[in-house]
Amino acid sequence: MITEPGPAGAPVRRFPPVAELTTVSLAAVVVGGILLASYVPRRPPLGLPTALACVGAALVVASVYLLSRLRDFAWDRFFVVFRWALLAYVISAAMIGFAFVRDHTRGAPLALVALMLVIFAADVPLIIAFTVARYSSPPHSVR
Amino acid sequence: MSDTRHVAAGPAGAAQAPPRPQVQVVPLRGLPVVAAVVVFVVVSIAGNWRWALTFSHVVGGALWTAIDLFVGLIIGPILGRLSIAARTEFAARFMPKMVLLMPTLVLMTLAAGFQLALLEGNLAPSSPNHAWLVASYCVVGVMAVIALGVLEPANIAVLVEMRKARPDGEIIARLMKRFVFTAGITGVMQVATLIIMTRVASR
Repeated sequence: MITEPGPAGAPVRRFPPVAELTTVSLAAVVVGGILLASYVPRRPPLGLPTALACVGAALVVASVYLLSRLRDFAWDRFFVVFRWALLAYVISAAMIGFAFVRDHTRGAPLALVALMLVIFAADVPLIIAFTVARYSSPPHSVR
Repeated sequence: MSDTRHVAAGPAGAAQAPPRPQVQVVPLRGLPVVAAVVVFVVVSIAGNWRWALTFSHVVGGALWTAIDLFVGLIIGPILGRLSIAARTEFAARFMPKMVLLMPTLVLMTLAAGFQLALLEGNLAPSSPNHAWLVASYCVVGVMAVIALGVLEPANIAVLVEMRKARPDGEIIARLMKRFVFTAGITGVMQVATLIIMTRVASR
């Protein structure tokens, strides 16, 4: 944890770039999803979307690692928000997945879509929960 | 949806400060409506029900675009000039509604629109609309990253901050600034959506 004085002299805590990394991960899977969707109903080339999904997965893993090293963090608030946001975004991801299945996406493209949707459904709750919890953690720890 | 109610100030605070609105982050009364919309869209897609798909796409898209433009270009700049207390009061009533409304409209518009495009052959590479649809994916993709990565977390963080016993006005102001700025960007991007969709519809 890095603490330094803010403009008004109040301590400002600097957090690791969890939200930034996860937003880039989200952008990677969104671009991959656009590439896949732009080929429907044909079979899409999988090279670039696979690479983007791997980048997205690596970034979300890096975010979770950075998050796990945080001390003095409002974990209770983080998990409450994460749980509910996860529920909402699993429903969203399931609907998108359903549309692809309904449109006869099969095999490797479907597996790739599923992987991207898993990353998407993890990314958004992670960003929301981290953003909420960082403002409930010291020095802003008034509950 | 009455998702805010006033909490009576304590005896000491009654004279100095107006009652503070108690904030409900997710308006629970709206959840059945959201569930009904999701079921309606799923049934429309499963049955390739053209009227329902068109209804979901047009109604959802019109509301999404109009609300984004209105919030981004009208409400946002006004909000930016209000005092922190006024912003807080407004946000306590406005933001919980946005938490449910916007994701529902986006889901409704995109899921129904994709299926409708497939049904009408607009996704085929030979279709004159194909390039326009890919352009619309790109616009929606940028808006999705901004909305999900920046705007929605800021919205929920503001609401959670307001629920605290002693909300930090500086944090609320900072997060509201982020909300207003990103809402402005998505509002401007909706102009591109309007151009693309009217091109697609007129071919």
